Amino acid sequence: MEKFVKLTSTAVPLKVENVDTDQIIPARFLKVTNKIGFGENLFRDWRYNPNNEPVASFVLNDDTYSGQILVVGDNFGCGSSREHAAWALTDYGFKVVVSSYFADIFKGNALNNGLLPLQVSPEFLQKLFNAIDENPNTTFTVDLESQTISIDGSGQQSEFDIDPFKKVCMLNGYDDIDFLISKKDAIETFEKQRQTEINF
Amino acid sequence: MGKTLFDKVWDSHVVESIPNGPDILYIDKHLIHEVTSPQAFAELETRNIPLLRPEQILATADHNVPTVNQHLPIKDLLSRQQLQQLTENCKKHNITLYDLGHKYQGIVHVMAPELGVTQPGMTMVCGDSHTSTHGAFGTIAFGIGTSQVAQVFASQCLILNKPKSLRVNVNGKLAKGVTPKDVILYIISHLGTNSGTGYFCEYAGNVFREMSMEGRMTVCNMSIEMGARGGMIAPDETTFSYIKDREFAPKGEAFEKKIAYWKTLPSDADAVFDQEYHFNAEDIAPMITYGTNPGMGMKINGTVPLNKGESDKKALAYMGFEEGQSLIGQPINYVFIGSCTNSRIEDFRMAASYIKGKQKAPNVNALIVPGSQQVVKQIEQEGLREVFEMAGFEIRQPGCSACLAMNDDKIPSGEYCVSTSNRNFEGRQGQGSKTLLSSPLVAAAIAVEGKIIDITKFLN
Repeated sequence: MEKFVKLTSTAVPLKVENVDTDQIIPARFLKVTNKIGFGENLFRDWRYNPNNEPVASFVLNDDTYSGQILVVGDNFGCGSSREHAAWALTDYGFKVVVSSYFADIFKGNALNNGLLPLQVSPEFLQKLFNAIDENPNTTFTVDLESQTISIDGSGQQSEFDIDPFKKVCMLNGYDDIDFLISKKDAIETFEKQRQTEINF
Repeated sequence: MGKTLFDKVWDSHVVESIPNGPDILYIDKHLIHEVTSPQAFAELETRNIPLLRPEQILATADHNVPTVNQHLPIKDLLSRQQLQQLTENCKKHNITLYDLGHKYQGIVHVMAPELGVTQPGMTMVCGDSHTSTHGAFGTIAFGIGTSQVAQVFASQCLILNKPKSLRVNVNGKLAKGVTPKDVILYIISHLGTNSGTGYFCEYAGNVFREMSMEGRMTVCNMSIEMGARGGMIAPDETTFSYIKDREFAPKGEAFEKKIAYWKTLPSDADAVFDQEYHFNAEDIAPMITYGTNPGMGMKINGTVPLNKGESDKKALAYMGFEEGQSLIGQPINYVFIGSCTNSRIEDFRMAASYIKGKQKAPNVNALIVPGSQQVVKQIEQEGLREVFEMAGFEIRQPGCSACLAMNDDKIPSGEYCVSTSNRNFEGRQGQGSKTLLSSPLVAAAIAVEGKIIDITKFLN
């Protein structure tokens, strides 16, 4: 997994709430057996019309906005557990998604792919949207070590929470598999105990 | 302080707690399917990591399969390759697979419970958010991403923070025509789509105690639609008699021993939940959704609520509905009865009881997709096939089908579909399709009438 330490970038605003993973990557693109190329179909049905022509009003098709940070409305990533949603966002080039709320499974999937799901208060989220509206070239700095996100040049900053274990993983690019394999003895001891206890 | 059902099952599966961090949780059963497993197998192969407990994994083909001519080679190249990949991976790693053509093949959350694989007190995972279904048995069951599928392959464990506890109580007497699907749609319409985020939910009260296992599965299935990772219902005699004698259920003395253990699982009387809600059964009516998330539901004879937010307005614009509008009389051309929410035998009995002796409306395409080969067999044994066919419904072969439209079962753009599935997201059933979620009873009645009706007036 790629490390995440600190990032300064402009941001792309998507002012929609309850964005589900079917919108992030529709099911018809899940027929492949690898993780490559999902970015092409990120937000496919909002980004392209049924004739496969770009929808000019959709934010990813608007040259005004760019960057590695996606700022989105409340309850992002609800619905299906498809990790393809996280792969589509990272493949497109996003490294951070900022929202006032994330669905559980999406949040876990993002963290397992080096994509930082950064939760801020609804008020601070509004400040981020306002800053982009006022000047789409505004940059934002996300510092994982200090757990802060700043609106550069404005003096406005917010702290964010992250599970301490996942923070170490993100900072170092570790994933859970290596850690779990290192626990093999404890797992096997647990299995034996459990078999005796309840006859499983 | 007493323990909740969830505490008891979770605590007995903690291998180790990381100081000031998450738990390492042991997983008893791992269900896999063709769509979310291939990248996990590939990950392990690339890193040369073996699967720790292949005997605790069970695979089936469901998401991507055609629902016609399953005996023929699959026409769609990508679908065919994905299913071939599953077959190869299972063969290579000695994993039991109920592939197309197998007598046990079916939607993963229909197949495992009906075979007795799902049992109280277990931990179960699957790369599918509706794994919450299995919680109906007093099981901790939840959906995981593909990275986690790989973690369970490698270690039979996951690293997780223990979720908070939530209890939803529904007591009282349900009116005629109010089904388990209406109960859960009602709950989600009141609590919203993210009220359960960070929680594991227990459903309690006489309404759930009196429900069949099929009904309980419908309820727990949709826990994820209010954001909860999973839902659970305390195991009781209904649970035990459902499991008894099923293919993989313990038999004889072993079964009796298990029952004694299962009886210790329900929440203690003095257990405290982090959050609790109470609803009266008498307030619940047959439901339908009008928007693009499962929380946007209303009584079928109600009116579309007055919404304020931009996102709600966007949803109504997509659906072609207006604030304050009644949906009664809205023409419907597509009806889908199926999915892991409502494709069990009881769902089809319910639909057939309404349809018997009637005809579907000429404008309606009515699709019946049983959840598994076992359900197909039951439909035939109980004479329901004739009921559906005489009424002009089309019966397909098992799979996830039009719930997520990965195969050819798509609803055309712009068309409304009354569906017994779990998600009414934009384009979920096909690009531009408009989904209205309902119970199998409401779906059956709408198929007959060709438009949305007030079902309460059609039940004598």
